[in-house]
Amino acid sequence: MDQRRRELLRIMELEFAAIDLNLFLDTHPDELRALADYNAVAQELMRAKTAYESRYGPILNYGQSMSQETWRWVEEPWPWEITFNR
Amino acid sequence: MWIYEKKLEYPIRVSYTNPRLAKEIITQYGGPDGELAASLRYLTQRYTMPIPQAKAVLTDIGTEELAHMEVVAALVYNLIKNATVEEIKAAGLDDYYADHDKALYFVNAAGAPWVASYIQSKGDPVADLHEDMAAEQKARSTYEYLIRLSDDPDVTDALRFLREREVVHFQRFGETLNLVHEWMDSKKVF
Ligand SMILES: [Fe+2]
Repeated sequence: MDQRRRELLRIMELEFAAIDLNLFLDTHPDELRALADYNAVAQELMRAKTAYESRYGPILNYGQSMSQETWRWVEEPWPWEITFNR
Repeated sequence: MWIYEKKLEYPIRVSYTNPRLAKEIITQYGGPDGELAASLRYLTQRYTMPIPQAKAVLTDIGTEELAHMEVVAALVYNLIKNATVEEIKAAGLDDYYADHDKALYFVNAAGAPWVASYIQSKGDPVADLHEDMAAEQKARSTYEYLIRLSDDPDVTDALRFLREREVVHFQRFGETLNLVHEWMDSKKVF
């Protein structure tokens, strides 16, 4: 697997943990351990995304990420064009 | 509002061109128990939910279902993108091809287009959350049927992930229903 896919995979792992904790917290908003886990994952996810974006361009649109030098948002590949075949 | 993330929720692998499997999996794109129906159901029911946790759950699960819709679309896209017309005919996907080529369209496995009557928005949180729990169980069943039909272990891996999410969503909707019942009981006291 290439470097880009490895980094994407790490982002997917972290964001999946965030999604799952988010849904749990929606029905358990007073669970402080889950909240601490969520915040820790969110911080690491932000770091992973910033590193990825510095190499491959914005992962978020509409002002949520900056694009260095040129407007890299339009660059391929789009998500459905990236498979993780072994 | 929504923003787009230029990534899938789950990394997909597709071993080989397989229009037959695409024809089956597309039902989770535009079929009665598919991801479009799930997403739109939750996102439209949320406006009349009586408690904040229910508004959050429907918003967040409705959003995750959009991400699942994208994973299903990516599977279908990669299963058919290199298919020849001969392979499409042999797989029985030629009816679909006549109208859509290899474009993604919202149909069930038999080709019937998506309709809004797949979903309900009742204004009664107990009725709506029961529908949502049933919808998650029906989606789980569909993924189990698709896993049985799948002859590609790489595609099966993604189907297993999607199936597992339906189980989690069912759990969260059940908790939400309990919270709504507690809220209704507390209103009776005062
Ligand atoms: Fe679901």
